[in-house]
Amino acid sequence: MSLKAFHLIFVTLLTALSFGCAAWAFQAGSVLWGVTGIAAGIFVIAYGIYFLRKLKNVSYL
Amino acid sequence: MEIPYTTEHRPDTGLYNAKLGVWLFLASEVMLFGGLFSAYVLLRVGAEPGMWPHGWLNVTLGSINTLLLALSAITTLLAWAACKVRDFGKFKIFHACTMILAIAFLGIKSYEYRDKFLHYEIALNNGTFADGHLVEKSADFDLANKTGAVTLHGHIVEDRKELMDLRSPEAQKAEHKELVIPAADIKKMQNYGPWHNTFTAIYFTMSGLHALHILGGTLVIFYLWGPGSRMYKTDPERFTNRIEVSGLFWHFVDLVWIFLFPVMYLT
Repeated sequence: MSLKAFHLIFVTLLTALSFGCAAWAFQAGSVLWGVTGIAAGIFVIAYGIYFLRKLKNVSYL
Repeated sequence: MEIPYTTEHRPDTGLYNAKLGVWLFLASEVMLFGGLFSAYVLLRVGAEPGMWPHGWLNVTLGSINTLLLALSAITTLLAWAACKVRDFGKFKIFHACTMILAIAFLGIKSYEYRDKFLHYEIALNNGTFADGHLVEKSADFDLANKTGAVTLHGHIVEDRKELMDLRSPEAQKAEHKELVIPAADIKKMQNYGPWHNTFTAIYFTMSGLHALHILGGTLVIFYLWGPGSRMYKTDPERFTNRIEVSGLFWHFVDLVWIFLFPVMYLT
C-alpha cells in the first residue's frame, strides 16, 4: 500500500472524526463546535477529492 | 556491496524492500497500541459506577492538536509528491512545515502535562476534598511534619465523586477561589500525575507513548530534511522512497491520534 492509499484511509477516518465530533458537540449542547465539526468534515471531503485528482497518476500499491 | 531492491520492486512481494519493512514494523505497532486500547476498554468497563472521569482533559487543546497532526499528514504527502515530480525546493518547504507542526503538537502536549502535574486533589482531615491548581507552597511547607501551608486555586467538595464529572452542571457552577490549606489539615495530597488513578495512568501511558512516536518521527523527518537530503542529488528515486516510508510511519502515528483523541478527550 502506497502513501497515497494510506492518506486516503487517513482522510476517510478524519472525515468520520469531524462528523463524530460535530455529533458529540451537538449532544453536549455546543452549537458552535457542532457547526465547526460539520464544516471541518465538508472541508476534509473537498480536500480528499482535490488530493485524489492531484495524485491520479500515482499508484495505490 | 549493493543493497538490493531499494528502488525496483522485488518480484515475490511486488514492493521495494523498505516499504515491506515499514509495513511489518507498523503491524507490530498496531499490536502495541491495540493492546493499550484494549487495556483502556477493560479499565473503563471495570471502573466503579461514577468513578470514571469525564471532562478532565481540555477539548479545545486536543482539537488544536488534532488539527496540527491533520495538517502535518497533508504536508508529508505534499513533500512526497514534490519529490516524485523532482521539485526539491517544495519538498524542503513542506517537510519544514511538518516539523514545525510536530513541534507545536509536542509543545501543546507538554503544556497539558504540566497542567496535570500542577493540579492537586487534597483529602482533608474533616472528610472533604480540596481540588485545584497549585498557586504556591509556603517556604516551610512539610507534609510529613505538618508545617506550613499550601495555596490552591480551586474549590472544596464533600464527596470525591463530585470531582469525577467536570461536565456536570454542578461542576460547571462550582466557584473557584484561592484556598490556603495548612499542612496540619491535610490527610493526603496528590497531583494528577499517572499515579493518581487508572484514568490518568492509561492517559499518560497512551498519550506519552504516542508523543514519543511523534518525537521519533520528527527526528527522522529532520534527518531526511537536513543531512539525509544529500541522497536526493545522487539517487533521487531511492530518496523519494525514503520519504514515502517516513510518511507511512507519520500517517500511522496520526491515525493513532484520530482514535486517541475521541477516546480520551470526548468520552
